[in-house]
Amino acid sequence: MDNLTNKEYQEYVKKKVPKPDYLKNAIRAFFVGGTICLIGQIIRNSLFRFGFDEKAVATGTAIIMVFLGSLLTGLGIYDKIGKFGGAGATIPITGFANSIVASAMEYKREGYIFGVAARMFTIAGPVLVYGIGSSIVVGILYLIFTAGR
Amino acid sequence: MAVKRIGNRTIKFQNPPSIIGTSSIVGPKEGDGPLRSYFDLVLEDDTWGQKSFEKAEAKMQEEAIKLAIKNANLSVNDIHFLISGDLLSQIISSSYTAREIGIPYFGLYGACSTMTESMCLAAMIIEGGFADYVVCATSSHFSSAERQFRFPLEYGAQRKFSSQWTVTGAGATVLSANGQGPYITYITPGRIRDYGITDTSNMGAAMAPAAVDTLLNHFKDTGFTPMDYDLIISGDLGLIGRRIVIDMMKKEGYDLSENYTDSGIKIFDTVEQDTHAGASGCACSAVVFNGYVYKEMKKGTFNRVLVMSTGALHSTTSSLQGESIPGIAHAVTIEKSI
Repeated sequence: MDNLTNKEYQEYVKKKVPKPDYLKNAIRAFFVGGTICLIGQIIRNSLFRFGFDEKAVATGTAIIMVFLGSLLTGLGIYDKIGKFGGAGATIPITGFANSIVASAMEYKREGYIFGVAARMFTIAGPVLVYGIGSSIVVGILYLIFTAGR
Repeated sequence: MAVKRIGNRTIKFQNPPSIIGTSSIVGPKEGDGPLRSYFDLVLEDDTWGQKSFEKAEAKMQEEAIKLAIKNANLSVNDIHFLISGDLLSQIISSSYTAREIGIPYFGLYGACSTMTESMCLAAMIIEGGFADYVVCATSSHFSSAERQFRFPLEYGAQRKFSSQWTVTGAGATVLSANGQGPYITYITPGRIRDYGITDTSNMGAAMAPAAVDTLLNHFKDTGFTPMDYDLIISGDLGLIGRRIVIDMMKKEGYDLSENYTDSGIKIFDTVEQDTHAGASGCACSAVVFNGYVYKEMKKGTFNRVLVMSTGALHSTTSSLQGESIPGIAHAVTIEKSI
C-alpha cells in the first residue's frame, strides 16, 4: 500500500464504481422531457384557441408551466419526477421552477431575508447568470455582424 | 515511558474500560431496515416535533445520551465527561445537546469517525484515572446533512450509484472504569490517508485507504489476524469502500472476506430501500454499534469485535475549491470478557 500512487488508486477506484446505465437514463429523460413538452404544447394550443396572440401565448404558457413545476415541488412530487427522469425533468422550465422553489422551501427556517430570499437562487443562480450572460454576448455579436447593413 | 503502547500505533489497556450502557435512536427509514429490532427507539416522524431538522438531530442526541446513562443505571451527574461530535458546522448538534446535559464536555469533529474517535479518547481518559464514567455520543440526520452538504430536499436531482444515504439517528455509549464488560481492550487511532479522491459522492473510496492503513497497523501491532475476530465492522464505507478494503487487504496478505462487513451495508437493504452504495453519517456506525453489535455481544454471538468508524474530513468549501478528501479510521477492539 505504501507504493500506491494517487493516480494508481484513482484509476483503480474508477473500475470499482458501476457505470450508470446511459441508455436507460436517456430513454427515461426522453419520455419525461417529452411529456413535459407535450403538456406545454397542449397549454399553448389551448391558449391560442382562447384567442390570445403569439406574444401572450408564449408568456402565458411559460407562466402556467412554472406554476405547475412549483406546485409539484410544493407537493413533494417533482423530486420524484426528477429522480426518475433526470435531465428530462431538469432542463424544461418546470425544472427551473423546481430548483428555485425547492431552495426557497429548504431555507425558510433561516428567515425570509437571509433564508428564502438570499438562498432561493443557489441552484438557479448560475443558470440565470450564464443564461443572461451568454444572451448578451450573442446580442453583441449580432449587433457587430449586422451593423451597417 | 508510554508503557501502554504496543507496536507503532496501538494502545493496549492494562485495566480495560467497560461498556456499561448504550443507546440507539433512529429515524423511520432506518427503522424500516433489517436492524429494526436492535434499536432502542424508532421515530415515526423525523422532525420529532421540532421546528427544524437541526433541532431534531440535537434532540435525538440528547435523548440518546440520557437513555444510555439510564441503561447504565446511572444519573447524569455521575458522568465525568461527555465527548461528542456531529457533522453540522461548528458541531451544533453536540454543543446544544451538551448545553442541556450540563456536564463537562469535549466537542470533537471527526465526521463519521466520531463514534470510535470518542471511544478511543474516553477509554484513555478512564485508563489514565481521570474519570470513572465517560459518555461518548454522536448523531447525524439525513435532512440536516443534505441541506448542508448537498441539495434542497425537494430538488429533483439524481443521486450517483456511489453516493450513500446519511443515517438519521443518534447513539451513545457509557464507559466505566469498572464493569462486567464488554471491554475496550485495544485501540488503534488512525492517521489521515488521502489518495486524491475529490468526488464527494464517492466517500467510500475516499476513506477506504485510511481503513486499510489502520487495519494493517492494528494487525501488525497486536499480532492478531482477521480470524481472531468474530466480526470486523467499519463505519460507513458502503458497498464500494468495503470491496476496496477487502481487495487492498488481500494484496497485503490478509483475508477479510469471511468476517468483515460495514455498518453502512448492514443498516439498510440497499436495493429495497434505494440507498445506492449504502449508508453514511456519524450515526451510521454509532447506531449499528450501540444497537446491533453491542446487543449481539451481550447475547454472546460475538466475543471479540473490531469496530472501526471511518471519517471523510472535507468541507463544502474545500470540495468546491477542488481539494481532495482526507480520510481517517479509528479502530477499537471490544471483547466480551478478559
